[in-house]
Amino acid sequence: MLAPALGVSAILFSIGVAGVLLRRNVIIIFMCVELMLNAVNLTFIALAQQLGPEGQVVVFFVMAVAAAEVAVWVLRQMAG
Amino acid sequence: MGFAANGWLSFFRPNAKTAVSAIGVGVLIASFAVAIAVVTGLSGAAHEAPFIIQLWSWMPVGDLQLDIAFQVDQLSAVMLLVVTGVGSLIHIFSVGYMRTDEGYARYFAYLNLFVFFMLVLVLGSSFPVLFIGWEGVGLCSYLLIGFWYTDNANADAGKKAFVMNRIGDFGLMVAMFMIYRSTGSLDFGAVFDAAPTAFTVGGATVTLITMFLFLGCVGKSAQIPLFTWLPDAMAGPTPVSALIHAATMVTAGVYLVARSNVLFAMAPVSSAVVAGVGALTALFAATIALKQWDIKKVLAYSTVSQLGYMFMGVGLGAYASGVFHLMTHAFFKALLFLGSGSVIHAMHHAHHATHSKDDAQDMRNMGGLRGFMPWTAALMWIATLAIAGIPPLSGFFSKDGVLAVAFARGHDAPIFMAMWVVGSAAALLTAFYMTRMMLYTFHGTNRTGVQERKHLHEAPWSMTGPLAVLAVLAIGGGLLNLPHIFPGSGWLEHWLEPVTAGSASYWGAIHLEVGTEWALLGGATAVALAGIIAAVVLLKPGQLPRAAEAAEERGWQRVLRDKYYIDELYDALIVRPLVWLSRRVLWRSVDDGVIDGALVNGSAKLTKFLGWAGTQFQTGRVGTYILFFVIGALVLIRAVMSQS
Repeated sequence: MLAPALGVSAILFSIGVAGVLLRRNVIIIFMCVELMLNAVNLTFIALAQQLGPEGQVVVFFVMAVAAAEVAVWVLRQMAG
Repeated sequence: MGFAANGWLSFFRPNAKTAVSAIGVGVLIASFAVAIAVVTGLSGAAHEAPFIIQLWSWMPVGDLQLDIAFQVDQLSAVMLLVVTGVGSLIHIFSVGYMRTDEGYARYFAYLNLFVFFMLVLVLGSSFPVLFIGWEGVGLCSYLLIGFWYTDNANADAGKKAFVMNRIGDFGLMVAMFMIYRSTGSLDFGAVFDAAPTAFTVGGATVTLITMFLFLGCVGKSAQIPLFTWLPDAMAGPTPVSALIHAATMVTAGVYLVARSNVLFAMAPVSSAVVAGVGALTALFAATIALKQWDIKKVLAYSTVSQLGYMFMGVGLGAYASGVFHLMTHAFFKALLFLGSGSVIHAMHHAHHATHSKDDAQDMRNMGGLRGFMPWTAALMWIATLAIAGIPPLSGFFSKDGVLAVAFARGHDAPIFMAMWVVGSAAALLTAFYMTRMMLYTFHGTNRTGVQERKHLHEAPWSMTGPLAVLAVLAIGGGLLNLPHIFPGSGWLEHWLEPVTAGSASYWGAIHLEVGTEWALLGGATAVALAGIIAAVVLLKPGQLPRAAEAAEERGWQRVLRDKYYIDELYDALIVRPLVWLSRRVLWRSVDDGVIDGALVNGSAKLTKFLGWAGTQFQTGRVGTYILFFVIGALVLIRAVMSQS
């Protein structure tokens, strides 16, 4: 199961990069950043199957940081 | 004896004007006393080994171990006595001569520094230490020639001396490198011990080395073709001319050849060149001296000519004769220079008192000075007779020693016989031009002018005293090395034997029949007398016009007066092309084009272009930055992956 998971992760990450580079809409760019984060998350999960549960712990941290990011962005929109 | 060499190092540079003369002269006399102590110690010691004092290690580089070390042996002992003895007398003379000069302290500082370097030169126990002294005396010579630096001509003369010496120094350095390559050492002892195995007699290497060494000597000792700086060096104070440009520094070349006698003896071609150049210079300079009007210029060319004799001596393998002539020449030439100094001193004072603008050194403005300065006149006549070679004065024996060797070697090779002829001709001219100088200066009617005449006077005792001592030496100096036909002969030759022993086997023994030797002595006397008598008969000092009224010389006389146009020749052949090359090629093309254009401005332009290229990345658009960021990240990942 490792190889397909990593392949999907790579594709998702590339889509995210392409989106950040090519799109001009801020929200879309933001979504693409999230896409890259989640691609990395998927990699961590996939590798955690073999290397132990630490990778899963990191995923929670990443999700928490991403959520905080969204919160900052929403607050900024409300203030502006 | 161990502290002796350290004693020389303690020379200091006096600055307080009041104490200057006491310190400057006292140091010299003290060193003369030490020198005498050293030499007496040496004559008592075993004769074989030179006494070497190691002070400190200078440059340990790889296999090359250079020490600051001094050595006292028979040859440096002779030089030691000459330098400190004549030096002391000249210092005493300078007290009177320079009394009113503004740069009094500076003068003595330079003079003491010069003596220090000269002692380093003669005491150094290896080529590099000798080279330090060699360069040091060159520096002091430059400083003292340009002593009255406010006059542009004096400063130029100093520069000329310095540059010409540089040519010779180049030769000396090349010779040192080659010696190190061949023998692996630069210490005199080691080099001369290794020489018989390292070189083949007459081989190319040793010939080249000695030729380069001789190039150094030619520069320092003003031989053809590098002699033109010495007459110009007369721009300095007269005691300086006596000390540096007659008695000591210019003889350093002779000392170097005598010191390296083993090397020169193994290179017969070089030795012949040395002797040939010496003989030619002796004659050439003597002819120029015939028509000089400046009293110091006459003496300068005379010095060049006498140096020629010394080189003839050492080039013929008669190292003792060369050094002997060096010594006697130091006595009588210092005497002549100091005498002329006292004449110039008197003339200068007279001109100063009446604000005359006449040249104080032009003999045509002198005449009849015998009546005003009888002591100087008498003492200078002694020196004149000595240099002309009238027995039994010192110059007779030393000059005859050199010529006799040339005559003896002439049996084997006719070239040496030619040198004997040339040398004898130069001796004739020497007698003539020296007598001419004396006649024009001290005899005939006085031409200084009525006003000036009242102010002419004899020099103070501090100036005539040293003259008298030098006169005694000029008379008696010949006893040190009498020809073989006299009892107690060849004392100096025996004294120097330990130094010249290494080369003795390469030269055939000199043998002259008693009758031949007498004939040579008689011939030399006749030649000297002929020169003097010719001068007395031919020259009419009473009818000589003053410099301002004198007619221009014509034809051959003019060529001699203008020194064969050698300066002009060098100017046209070397100086002008060099200036042209510097101006047109080096300055306009290389400097402006390559260095300024390509290197200086080019590098600035390159930086500017790179800066401009850098600005093209700063678009201000986030997308571009991210693109580069991604590209960079990909490159990094690629690099990391290829690592593992």
